[in-house]
Amino acid sequence: MSDASRADSPAVVSDATGVVREATGVARRSLLKGTAGILAAGMFPAVHAQEKIVLRYLGTAVNQDKAIAEKFKADTGIEIQYVAVTTDDVTKRAVTAPNSFDLIDTEYFSLKKIVPTGNLKGIDTKRIKNADKITTLFTTGMVAGKAVGDQGTAPKKVIYLEGEKSKKFATAPTQFMSLIPTVYNADTLGIRPDLIKRPINSWAELLNAEFKGKAAILNIPSIGIMDAAMVVEAMGIYKYPDKGNMTKKEIDLTIKTLIEAKKQGQFRALWKDFNESVNLMASGEVVIQSMWSPAVTAVRTKGIACNFQPLKEGYRAWAAGFGLPTTLSGRKLDGAYEFINWFLDGWAGAYLNRQGYYSAVLETAKAKMEAYEWAYWMEGKPATQDIKSPNGDVLAKAGAVRDGGSYESRMGGIACWNAIMDENNYMVQKWNEFVAA
Amino acid sequence: MSTTTPPSLPAAAVPGRSIAAWWQAAPFTLVFALFFIIPLALIVMVSFWDFNDYELLPGFTFKNYVSIFDGCSDMSDGLCVTLKTYYSTLKFSFLVWLITLVIGFTVAYFLAFHVRSSGMQTLLFVLCTIPFWTSNVIRMISWVPLLGRNGLVNQTLISMNLIETPIEWLLFSDFSVVLAFVHLYTMFMIVPIFNSMMRIDRSLIEAASDSGASGWQTLWNVIVPLSRTGIIIGSIFVLTIVMGDFVTIGVMGGQQIASVGKIIQVQTSYLQFPLAAANAVILLAVVLMIIWGLTRLVDIRKEL
Repeated sequence: MSDASRADSPAVVSDATGVVREATGVARRSLLKGTAGILAAGMFPAVHAQEKIVLRYLGTAVNQDKAIAEKFKADTGIEIQYVAVTTDDVTKRAVTAPNSFDLIDTEYFSLKKIVPTGNLKGIDTKRIKNADKITTLFTTGMVAGKAVGDQGTAPKKVIYLEGEKSKKFATAPTQFMSLIPTVYNADTLGIRPDLIKRPINSWAELLNAEFKGKAAILNIPSIGIMDAAMVVEAMGIYKYPDKGNMTKKEIDLTIKTLIEAKKQGQFRALWKDFNESVNLMASGEVVIQSMWSPAVTAVRTKGIACNFQPLKEGYRAWAAGFGLPTTLSGRKLDGAYEFINWFLDGWAGAYLNRQGYYSAVLETAKAKMEAYEWAYWMEGKPATQDIKSPNGDVLAKAGAVRDGGSYESRMGGIACWNAIMDENNYMVQKWNEFVAA
Repeated sequence: MSTTTPPSLPAAAVPGRSIAAWWQAAPFTLVFALFFIIPLALIVMVSFWDFNDYELLPGFTFKNYVSIFDGCSDMSDGLCVTLKTYYSTLKFSFLVWLITLVIGFTVAYFLAFHVRSSGMQTLLFVLCTIPFWTSNVIRMISWVPLLGRNGLVNQTLISMNLIETPIEWLLFSDFSVVLAFVHLYTMFMIVPIFNSMMRIDRSLIEAASDSGASGWQTLWNVIVPLSRTGIIIGSIFVLTIVMGDFVTIGVMGGQQIASVGKIIQVQTSYLQFPLAAANAVILLAVVLMIIWGLTRLVDIRKEL
């Protein structure tokens, strides 16, 4: 396919310019006709493709870093065009408008909604250079040889497809992956140690009356309910067989606990996007809330003390990856594979690691990081010199230790994964009840 | 107003309209059909469809409407979500309507009757529009650092020794929501009321004072009735905006105050389009009923 279009293209180009040249001499109307003709014949994309590849990259703003696109363009000449929307909207577009992007960056838990539509193509791992180096957390659900919690939509449950065009997840590893992992982390509560002034070590503290009017929870229902479930378990109210797939009764119980707390005035606010959580914490409106690791970093770079607090019940993990739409073909498809290969090749991985995320292929990222950086971010060792973010802000002074310690102790402490439940519709309905209470 | 009939209208006024009149109406009819009637019909259609996690299933079911009012017959546990949400939405609509009406009327009255020179009138009117040079969301968010626990208002009050602990209800409360709404939408009241007031024949006011009416009597018996069209149009603006809003209530209410718009937004983000469509249809019905009620009070077509 790609060869064919290459062979055709010169003729098309001369055709197109011929029409244009002729038209400018005649009248605007025939120019329009000429253009319409080119578009109708479907030649326009081929003309375009010959010049350069532009990949429309649909995702949340989390990974869509300008520096990554610039570096990739410098390395390969392929341009990345970011389309940044919220997590929910990524899913919505993947389901309703699969032709509006060339590369999707989404979370594994969304796959339960996207894959059955057939809008994603299995990624051929034979074309991915570092495929066998992808961390075992994704392929087998192990960290350092130890199995981690797999409640919810653990990546290992949804990472393999039965075939390239399959709408079903495979139970055993195959050649085709639904998403190639890019970035992942484990979330926990963020706290303001300067305002709380005592150690916090359990999810139960989120609903502790001591923090009445100073707590917040995530208002993305499918993630918020998982945080709530961690709290319910920590308070000893109930032990879920699978927090990531509750029955209606379990959903009722979880929401009831939240509503009771809300009626007592526990929550100052609910938050939905990254910046909201940063502002709530930085302004002191809230002293304890469910939070994302880079948001904690953002509060800290403002010079305000904020901990991404490890808790004894463990973490709620999430993971995102790249997927390809079924309709992608030809040079664009090649370009997308090139981008994925480039992404796993270390530079981007190191870049993400330095922001506090984790990269999917650790080995290549390590090669692109300084030894002291690797020791701080991945091994949980005290920093031997100041740790800087990719854009040069100081994140931690020499001697500081990363919250949650090493990669093994953080990712090994996963209790559950972000999930889409079978009773998702009911859950959303009940969540609205919580908001309305 | 009704006496200055444009010359093209008499043909239409005669029974058996000419073909030309239909042609003249055609472009607007087309736009109206394309951008209003058809999308609305689609929404109504989808509201009867079924759905699962990832696709819409065409069909005909009342399931969506039933699930919206799920549990509403049982009042023992308080109101159901939908009624509670409508109650909160209507409460905000009423409060915001009342406050914007009082402020809007006062400002318009001042501009129309107290400011004598038309140059000054224009200047002050433009002054009113200045806040609209920045976006809604920015204007909203700028309240947050002002009203917060450690915000400017609390800090000032504490430093003046008026209070000891920060006032919590300033932000993320009904108060902050209403405040932001009033800030954002009073202009929609001012403009139509001002417009109506400018059309009032000044000799009527002279006649009222010649007949011995007091200032209040003139206001209540002459100006208010003659500004009625403006008041109704402004009310329609404010009520429809507040009924459908989810951004202001979200930002200023700390995301924990319910509104119908918010529920629709959450549902669309989970691909529950049929449910959201059913909710939208109900919301539309409620808003249309309110507008219908308001238009009973004044014949807008005649007044314009």
